[in-house]
Amino acid sequence: MVLKAFFPTCCASADSGLLVGRWVPEQNSAVVLAVVHFPFIPIQVKELLAQVQQASGVGVAVLGTWCHRRQEPEESLGHFLEGLGAIFSHEPWLQLCRERGSKFWSCKATHRQVPTSPSAPGEDQVMLIFYDQRKVLLSQLHPPTALPDHQAGDATASTRGLAAVFDTVARSEALFRSDRFDEGLVRLSHWQSEGVEASILVELAKQASGPVCLLMAYLLSLISAASTCRVFKLWPLSFICSKLSTCEQLRHRLEQLTFIFSTQKAENASQLMRKANMLVSVLLDVALGLTLLSWLHGKDRIGQLADALVPVADWVAEELQHLLQWLMGAPAGLKMNRALDQVLGRFFLYHIHLWISYIHLMSPFIERILWHMGLSACLGLTVALSILSDIIALLTFHIYCFYVYGARLYCLKICGLSSLWRLFRGKKWNVLRQRVDSCSYDLDQLFIGTLLFTILVFLLPTTALYYLVFTLLRLLVVTVQGLIHLLVDLVNSLPLYALGLRLCRPYRLSAGVKFQVLEHEAGRPLRLLMQINPLPYNRVVHTYRLPSCGCHPKHSWGSLCRKLFFGELIYPWRQRGDKQD
Amino acid sequence: MEDELSFSDIYGGRLALQRRHYSPSCREFCLSCPRLSLRSLTAVTCSVWLAAYGLFTLCENSMILSAAIFITLIGLLGYLHFVKIDQETLLIIDSLGIQMTSTYASGKESTTFIEMGKVKDVIINEAIYMQKVIYYLCILLNDPMEPNGISQVVPVFQSAKPRLDCLIEVYRSCQEILAHGKATSTSP
Repeated sequence: MVLKAFFPTCCASADSGLLVGRWVPEQNSAVVLAVVHFPFIPIQVKELLAQVQQASGVGVAVLGTWCHRRQEPEESLGHFLEGLGAIFSHEPWLQLCRERGSKFWSCKATHRQVPTSPSAPGEDQVMLIFYDQRKVLLSQLHPPTALPDHQAGDATASTRGLAAVFDTVARSEALFRSDRFDEGLVRLSHWQSEGVEASILVELAKQASGPVCLLMAYLLSLISAASTCRVFKLWPLSFICSKLSTCEQLRHRLEQLTFIFSTQKAENASQLMRKANMLVSVLLDVALGLTLLSWLHGKDRIGQLADALVPVADWVAEELQHLLQWLMGAPAGLKMNRALDQVLGRFFLYHIHLWISYIHLMSPFIERILWHMGLSACLGLTVALSILSDIIALLTFHIYCFYVYGARLYCLKICGLSSLWRLFRGKKWNVLRQRVDSCSYDLDQLFIGTLLFTILVFLLPTTALYYLVFTLLRLLVVTVQGLIHLLVDLVNSLPLYALGLRLCRPYRLSAGVKFQVLEHEAGRPLRLLMQINPLPYNRVVHTYRLPSCGCHPKHSWGSLCRKLFFGELIYPWRQRGDKQD
Repeated sequence: MEDELSFSDIYGGRLALQRRHYSPSCREFCLSCPRLSLRSLTAVTCSVWLAAYGLFTLCENSMILSAAIFITLIGLLGYLHFVKIDQETLLIIDSLGIQMTSTYASGKESTTFIEMGKVKDVIINEAIYMQKVIYYLCILLNDPMEPNGISQVVPVFQSAKPRLDCLIEVYRSCQEILAHGKATSTSP
């Protein structure tokens, strides 16, 4: 089988020396990590490799020799290199050689032990695969499908295929810590040998993050302790808090901030990415909120908004009154039952009158309230949008009330109708057996039942029309609130850090590798360049999505239609942990 | 070693197959699709602009004309970058894997690499496509649960859609390499 030698591109111009790396026998491949230069003492090289093996758990060994002939070919160097094979025994022994001024390399892999079958040669064909060590070290491989039962067992031990190369390079960081300016005993050549890479900002941030995390964790624990105190558990406050989406959003943000500033270090890469995504999302939210705040407070927009609010509420109430007057007449040419029509119409008109008086009572305080609510935008755009959604819910509370009245009335009517229809046919609902049974009624029972049934049937169109109109209005309000919640969810769950990473450093998130065949000459070993294939954007969003509030509609379209038909109340935006009504 | 052959796709358009033989264990097949024809581009642009001009005479709003120009440009750029594939390449390296690259008209490249351990076989299969029955080359992937099962079928040359004669050429070369790989892996 062909022997695959993974060679780092940074070592292609290094001086002659020993090849150090890991041999993967299952795939017949040798992953070269570094080159040890002359002069060296073999004992010290073996000690260094043992240290690295203990620190990283990777089986690092001397794989062969590397010969870079810059001057005229030196015979003595060739013999010296061959002699080294006796000191560091490795099976198979790799010999890579590069001529000066030539792009093509010569590679040989020899087996010490002679194979049993005489036809197979003692040498193997070698295929050279160049890889960028820095990019492979920093990249994180995302396998295409996560197999369900291969998760826990082979996480660290054996990784299949090319993931073994990534794993080897990533875990051998101990080998890359020394550069050529160190006074070490052994001189190595790898991607950091020109100087260890570091960034002042990152180091400062690491130093500062300790105390900052402690401080923020303390503050957040105070806030969460304050929010769970006994006052909020009393009935009116807890009920209101569970209905308002602002409280839910604030709670969600508090959880996220507690997670970000927790003093525990992130255990693995996915937790670190999640923390980073949450932090960027919170920062963007606050930045957008501050922009909104500055826009609102400039040019007295709050005053304009407050001045416009009461007339808008008045206009909504007036339009509802017109609607009710229309329903009380002959809506769309339909003939209503006059008495019931008048009763229902007057009942709802009185409610609207109460509502308008309430709005007018509140109007002097509206501007102050709006100003204080505008301040909450500094907590984030999502909080401001949640407050907007709650304000819409409060302003259209009368529509909600009308919907509930209409639905309850309609539901009662439907229940009565279905029960009396069964009586009309001579059947009865057996509660014990939960089924419909036949039953013999007395004559007076049948008479009254049929009478009531007829009355309910003839009153059905009126009730149904009121129910239909108010349900449509309620659905309109719910749609508007739903759009706002969708926007809030988007800001909450979009993984901006991962998207930015994919845009600016695409090698960090990789879906796989791609190969490019380099210039080839017949008789020479095949040379390939291995590059990182970055993850596509839709998979980035799918993998790193943050969990959102979870306020999604829990009904399918079929059950929604069924509930509407039977007059059951619909609560599309159930918050987490609410009991069903 | 490199040679070029000329074939046709299922609609009758001309395809060029370039074969590169790097070594007994590494071969590359590059299929070039027919380019974007000037005739169809002119037809689409003219129809869009005529429709926009018709709307303009109805509405007397010059925004419609600039919107039509904008839409045509954006649509053309999007088509060249996301839809129109110029070249499809299949690189098969024994003991490493099979790589499929699609090059779009704007130069964008999209690559998929399948490791040899996951590849079960390369076959030519038949399929019903609209009102035709066509042949296509596909790679069968191993199922880790079941030793004889297939977990996925990956079609190759999906947008070029060559005819059977071209597929047979590619199939023969792929089978030679897979057989070569199996022969060298069984012997120590």
